[in-house]
Amino acid sequence: MSTTYLEAIREGLWEEMERDPNVFLIGEDIGAYGGAFKVTAGFFERFGARRVVDTPISEAAIVGAAIGAALMGLRPVAEMQFADFITCGFDQVVNFAAKCRYRWNAGVPMVVRAPSGGGVHGGPFHSQNPEMWFVRIPGLKVVAPATAYDAKGLIKSAIRDNDPVLFFEHKALYRRIKENLPSGDYTVPIGQAKVAREGKDLTIVTYGAMVWVALEAAATLADEGASVEVVDLRTLLPLDRETVCASVRKTSKVLLLHEDTRTGGMAGELAASITESVFEYLDGPIVRVTAPDTPIPYSPPLEDAFLPNAEKVVEKARWLFRY
Amino acid sequence: MSAAELAHNCLYYMLLMRKVEDRIERKLYRQGKIVGGVYVGRGQEAIPVGTALVAEPGDVLFPSHRDMAVFLIRGVTPGRILAQYMGRAGGVTGGRDANMHMGDLNLNIVSIISALAATVPVAAGAALALRYQGSNGVVFSYFGEGSTSRGDWHEGVNFATVQKLPVVFICNNNQYAYSTPLELQMACANVADRGPAYNMPAEIVDGNDVLAVYEATRRAVAHARAGNGPYLLECKTFRMTGHSAHDAAHYVPKDLFEDWGKLDPITRFEARILIEGWGTQAEIDELHAAVHREVDEGVAWAEQSPYPDPATLLDGVYESC
Repeated sequence: MSTTYLEAIREGLWEEMERDPNVFLIGEDIGAYGGAFKVTAGFFERFGARRVVDTPISEAAIVGAAIGAALMGLRPVAEMQFADFITCGFDQVVNFAAKCRYRWNAGVPMVVRAPSGGGVHGGPFHSQNPEMWFVRIPGLKVVAPATAYDAKGLIKSAIRDNDPVLFFEHKALYRRIKENLPSGDYTVPIGQAKVAREGKDLTIVTYGAMVWVALEAAATLADEGASVEVVDLRTLLPLDRETVCASVRKTSKVLLLHEDTRTGGMAGELAASITESVFEYLDGPIVRVTAPDTPIPYSPPLEDAFLPNAEKVVEKARWLFRY
Repeated sequence: MSAAELAHNCLYYMLLMRKVEDRIERKLYRQGKIVGGVYVGRGQEAIPVGTALVAEPGDVLFPSHRDMAVFLIRGVTPGRILAQYMGRAGGVTGGRDANMHMGDLNLNIVSIISALAATVPVAAGAALALRYQGSNGVVFSYFGEGSTSRGDWHEGVNFATVQKLPVVFICNNNQYAYSTPLELQMACANVADRGPAYNMPAEIVDGNDVLAVYEATRRAVAHARAGNGPYLLECKTFRMTGHSAHDAAHYVPKDLFEDWGKLDPITRFEARILIEGWGTQAEIDELHAAVHREVDEGVAWAEQSPYPDPATLLDGVYESC
């Protein structure tokens, strides 16, 4: 039976709660209502108010309470109703959770789930991709799965991890993709990228919903005779630079793709890393396809223009092949 | 514990905190042996002492930067605290952080961060965990009145009261947030006035009377431990220094220092000890001398502690590296 991306997250959470009595959920409207996106539907009925804690509209309290509970040995999974609202708990994530272990050797085994991303007509406050606000904070881990398999495996790894993990789940993927998942327990390790499609002429490095855009572009380019490799980062911090560089050594051409805005995005860090490590393998400039440096707009024609898509990727790849 | 034993403990820890901080602020800092910020609780010693002496081992404490005595009462030696200030490997954080930014989960003490009010929701979460785990522990959440202007203070208190969590909120109202006086911080007269908005009992305590703080804390802890939810203690006191060692506090009217100086918690309590017959002047003098020796030994210990090895810079960002 095939499982959607959303169901995969739900299954991962459910199985971890069944496995470990220290795992509990905390967030807004996650109890009887089942969460804004229904990820936690049925949890309240199964696990009760003790382990499914509905909170006031209070992101600093949600993240802060998760940190406090984690310091005491529990394994909280905090839900941000939308990733955009994590700003209200920013101090807790960045100054409290991230620095505890380094400052005073106290682990914070907390997960913050953050439904992110555009393509859902959510407008400027329900569509952002805030992952890079956190990728440059040592002490945090940041994951962004693209598939149902990885979503389930990574949420389990995140819960079992002894450091704070931000779990960016892409809203546009929730019900749009599905696949058959293995029965039984499995995890996907944090910190390992994967090659989502093998190729030899061009590497596209991306993550999250853009993996599907990259695969679509790769199929189009294959029809034109180009063999495109797609690297799905899966984890953004710690970053698996080796898998990226190994692919570049093979293809010698790189296109970096993300839905996040351009300046200060993951592409910049990857470009620097590739240049430092495998410059001599490159036979063209490192190119980027990203959202422009604007807030993400609401109206469909504007949002479509904002978001990267396969057409934009194909166009940039053709340019690179002609270089 | 007899009244005389309690009095001895109260005086001992207040004196120890005072003398360690005096050495830090008035000697080691001026000698350049402490290079970072120095924030002391001179004049406020009755608050950490009167509260932390009530705590059971299973209670979890979140001391603020002016609550050194909490660490002393939990058994952290003056030497380790002094080494912490001096950035030495033997300090509580091994040189990773400065001054009172330290914690030890083995002692059930959680480290603050600089934005103090951020600690309040975390304290609520610790209380949630204690209840979840079936413990009857209580969380002691310390902050100054300045913290109560912050949104996360209100979020933490609101969540704790909605959930009826076992937290005692302990405000040291020393009347200045850095240079900002009370009337520019809040429109109500007392921090305790905030309690009713959260349906939370709130009590105003003479924060310079260690036994008054002790008795109020016992009431607060009994309330929280019995499952009745949070309790707010507002301990009225005065910051007898600048915000930090580099702040001469010219903005504080001199007569305030003079008036509050007469209410010094240590000299007041010594007079009480003599009146109540809990000890003699000779015993008090001997305690002063013993504490002085203990601080000397602590300084010597801290000064022989090495600086951290720069090769350890990258260690401990994550569990696995």
